[in-house]
Amino acid sequence: MKYLVCVNKTPDTTAKISFKNDGKEFDDSGVQYIMNPYDEWYALVRALELKEANGGEVVLINVGGPENDTVIRKGLAIGGDKAVRINGSGDSFYVASQIANYAKDNNFDIIFAGKESIDYNGSEVPAMVAELLDLPFISYGIKLEMEGETATVTRDVEGGVEIAEVNTPFVISAAKGMAEQRIPNMRGIMMAKKKPLDVVEPTSVEARVEISSFELPPPKAEVKLVDPENMDELVRLLHEEAKVI
Amino acid sequence: MAILVYAESLTGDCKKPAFEAVYYGSKLAEKSGTECIALVLGEANNAPELGEYGADKVLQVTHEHLKDFDSSVYTSVIAQVVEQVNANRVILSHTSTGKSLAGRLSVRLKAGLVSGVNALPAEGDGLIVKKPVFSGKAYGHYKITSDIAVLSLMGNALRTEKSGSLATVESLSTDVPAPKVKVKSLEVKTGEVPLPEAELVVSAGRGMKDPSNWNIIEELADVLGATTACSRPVSDTGWRPHHEHVGQTGIAIRPNLYIAIGISGAIQHLAGVNNSKVIVVINKDPEAPFFKAADYGVVADLFDVVPKLTESFKKFKAS
Ligand SMILES: Cc1cc2nc3c(=O)[nH]c(=O)nc-3n(C[C@H](O)[C@H](O)[C@H](O)COP(=O)(O)OP(=O)(O)OC[C@H]3O[C@@H](n4cnc5c(N)ncnc54)[C@H](O)[C@@H]3O)c2cc1C
Ligand SMILES: Nc1ncnc2c1ncn2[C@@H]1O[C@H](COP(=O)(O)O)[C@@H](O)[C@H]1O
Repeated sequence: MKYLVCVNKTPDTTAKISFKNDGKEFDDSGVQYIMNPYDEWYALVRALELKEANGGEVVLINVGGPENDTVIRKGLAIGGDKAVRINGSGDSFYVASQIANYAKDNNFDIIFAGKESIDYNGSEVPAMVAELLDLPFISYGIKLEMEGETATVTRDVEGGVEIAEVNTPFVISAAKGMAEQRIPNMRGIMMAKKKPLDVVEPTSVEARVEISSFELPPPKAEVKLVDPENMDELVRLLHEEAKVI
Repeated sequence: MAILVYAESLTGDCKKPAFEAVYYGSKLAEKSGTECIALVLGEANNAPELGEYGADKVLQVTHEHLKDFDSSVYTSVIAQVVEQVNANRVILSHTSTGKSLAGRLSVRLKAGLVSGVNALPAEGDGLIVKKPVFSGKAYGHYKITSDIAVLSLMGNALRTEKSGSLATVESLSTDVPAPKVKVKSLEVKTGEVPLPEAELVVSAGRGMKDPSNWNIIEELADVLGATTACSRPVSDTGWRPHHEHVGQTGIAIRPNLYIAIGISGAIQHLAGVNNSKVIVVINKDPEAPFFKAADYGVVADLFDVVPKLTESFKKFKAS
């Protein structure tokens, strides 16, 4: 089987978030970038496990500029066979269009993505890719088992889980539970340097959404400490002052 | 032009996310002087209640093929209704169902999409909506430049009010393609409010020392009528079920009240909870980072103070 894994680059989870240019732009000075955790830990690793069990090929795809190559190489070090970077950037629809455009000529059996990017928290791209390719889509998969061409997937739904069956080809977005994080080893890192990373020019796609500005939440007021011997007081504050009970 | 709200009811009933989306749609309709039309697909026993939350009209499509949730089939039906009622704004809930549909629907309708919005759009030229970004560490204002817009609404983003009356549900027919996804089972826990919808949450971390100590957390949650949650290491080690895990890699929540007990307040934990309206932190370490994000704090041994807090809530409830 052929697996395509969509990998995004995001600021590290501990990055301090600030903006420049009048709040119009994310200020990334001093920010460390990582591979979006859902893509790395769950989507990529599950694709690798399936390949290891049944053979096939795992291709990574990223839409972005050359600064993304480090993150893509990490995916190759973890075990991806080859990678392609579509050299452009834009809104979710732009990104999804580039991925779909590449995928439609390459017959993938399963297209993996993460459940969301931790920067803009959209959960938008995977469903768009599915629609552009007219494929079934499973969101927030927490388990994926293959039996021939039939997948049994467990996915998170509000307050519970759903188990469904779907045949390849399909698109799935991965959440916690689908696999266990893998740390690249030295051999992987060495091999990654020799694996192909193709750069493809994007097709032109008009944006439908633009970010007009960012804002930081107002600074939190100092915490109000309550005497541990007086929990009645805490209850009173929650009722009368905060009005949440 | 009209506002179309897809009010989800996968378990057979419309729940809080559906009511919130309809309420949001009706406020949007009020602002723009148009109509708010709610759409239910398949079974939705309490669909008339959508009228109470502001739907001017409630439409329903029922069909054998809508029994299993397949995002492609649902997208196709919603898109047909958008065309029939000539809607230029489509509102979904930012739930797993909504997230499966939003991207698809926006492609089908050639619409701009902003998912997870948490406020009504600002006035001005074009449609500008606000949503939390960077896991709640900031907000972004997004401008949609296409004619049709798809928005999904973050849970607990606004307080709903009932202002209308029960609606009569009109049935509608559309083409309904056959699903390719076959649903084998749907298990939704009953009795407990799912975390993303919960208004009161009691959450505990590694400070609990042992899973057998959770009875004090459960008692507190019971008295309050709160839903329980936990930090990641606690679910990773199997002390608590994985669906309780909140934070960056778990569920993001925004309850009215979040009580964090024996949780240090690591940035990845805060990422999933810092949009809570009020945060109470109980920790024996006065330097715990969580106190910086808290509204109220109690510096104490949780094993002493949690039972006392439970007693105080009991007294309050009885009074
Ligand atoms: C990429 C990434 C993603 C992550 N995602 C998440 C996530 O989604 N959610 C998440 O929660 N974490 C996440 N983490 C882990 C996070 O960094 C922290 O390690 C974790 O939140 C710590 O859990 P804790 O607060 O329960 O435990 P600890 O950090 O061990 O804190 C325990 C706290 O309990 C207090 N305590 C101990 N005994 C008592 C007592 N008797 N009475 C009162 N207080 C007591 C201590 O003072 C301490 O503050 C992530 C980490 C990474 C790297
Ligand atoms: N620029 C990108 N390149 C490749 N994959 C992406 C990109 N952006 C998003 N994705 C994929 O889509 C998933 C959801 O992203 P989002 O819709 O941005 O929340 C991510 O976890 C990735 O798998």
